[in-house]
Amino acid sequence: MINNKFFGRRRPEPPRPIPPGQYLEDGFPVLSAGPTPRVDTATWEFSIEIEGETVGSWSWDALNALPQTDLHTDLHCVTKWSKLDTDWRGVTIDTLLNDAGAEAPAGFVMAHCDGGYTTNVPAADVIDGKGLLVHTYDGEPLAPEHGGPVRLLIPHLYLWKSAKWIRSLKFMDQDAPGFWERYGYHMYGDPWREQRYTGD
Amino acid sequence: MSSITDESPRVKLFTLDLPDDRAKAGFFAGQSYDLRLTAPDGYQAQRSYSITSSPDSPNAIELAIELISDGEVSSYFHEFVKVGDKIELRGPIGGHFTWLPMITRPVLFIAGGSGIAPVMSMLRHRASSNSTAPALLMFSARNEPDVLFKDELERMANDDQNLDLILTLTRGVSSDWQGESRRIDRAMVDQAISMLVGENNLPNRAYVCGGSGFVESIGNHLLDTGMNHNDVRTERFGP
Repeated sequence: MINNKFFGRRRPEPPRPIPPGQYLEDGFPVLSAGPTPRVDTATWEFSIEIEGETVGSWSWDALNALPQTDLHTDLHCVTKWSKLDTDWRGVTIDTLLNDAGAEAPAGFVMAHCDGGYTTNVPAADVIDGKGLLVHTYDGEPLAPEHGGPVRLLIPHLYLWKSAKWIRSLKFMDQDAPGFWERYGYHMYGDPWREQRYTGD
Repeated sequence: MSSITDESPRVKLFTLDLPDDRAKAGFFAGQSYDLRLTAPDGYQAQRSYSITSSPDSPNAIELAIELISDGEVSSYFHEFVKVGDKIELRGPIGGHFTWLPMITRPVLFIAGGSGIAPVMSMLRHRASSNSTAPALLMFSARNEPDVLFKDELERMANDDQNLDLILTLTRGVSSDWQGESRRIDRAMVDQAISMLVGENNLPNRAYVCGGSGFVESIGNHLLDTGMNHNDVRTERFGP
């Protein structure tokens, strides 16, 4: 369908290709589904569960004592904006699993967060450097409205999979829909195949 | 596109007749539709717009589109779209920020500017389902002409003893303005809650919609009152 008189605002070409349907955004929009939870690092704890058992848990201090990873990456939000060249610091899920002496099982994982948010991801998509817990954005402590003190970051998927205010990752055999997935958002969410909603 | 009307200096209301399968699908008050424009050379842009009309009229949807300075999609709608034009759409989208008539306990609505859009769908649905659920809308806008749907909201509040309306302007008021004249602060939130459910009580649910900063601030006030995280539903018209 062509809208004849539509020209649009042609932005300068992004320095590298961005996924279909996206536009370049300089800001960093906040589009959370509820108010920003208040999380105290003094009592914060993150855990990983496999087959219903906690295999590891980390306090804020413990998380910061682990080997840190710096990541320079692009973000793609399902609401169509992409933000390039963002800088993060945190701990890979691989590092956490290693610290716990555990291996990621095959299957899927559900992220659970303060405020009740959840999102599901295949296990293969959080390991091998693809998933991190991040606490620092652009050299500063991650702001609460952006998911601070700690959020999940899985930059190869739409940003709703990078769960803010994360508290645990629970591995599961079968895939199950998280918060937005239950409202019709895609179970996987690959921005390059434009998997925004169910059936895409 | 079946009708286009001016609602305020920068906002027009667009009514779109839906294809049969979308009309049959229906929607919930609070949901939105994605609209997509394609230029003759293939360039595309898409945006989400909240439905302002009630789900009781499922054959068409009304959208409020504000003209954003150098907005490529809003300027197209304001300048070029005509009745009879076809627009590509997808939806309905969303589900957390929705109101259903089965909600019978007190609800607080807080809207800023064009954030009134999804709340209109909720209030219209509430009216047409003859809901007696206590409700209060606190609506903040810059100037009086920016108070979208003002006449309809005032009429709704006058006709319904269970619906209260608080209007506040943040930029300029005329000498005969009867409402409030400042940004919504904690005191106003407390006042609204008190009016809705009395002292020492909290609403069952709150819906907050507007710009990101507005929603962040109001969301924090509501959490400070003791409301549960899950009872505060937010829709941010970012950034």
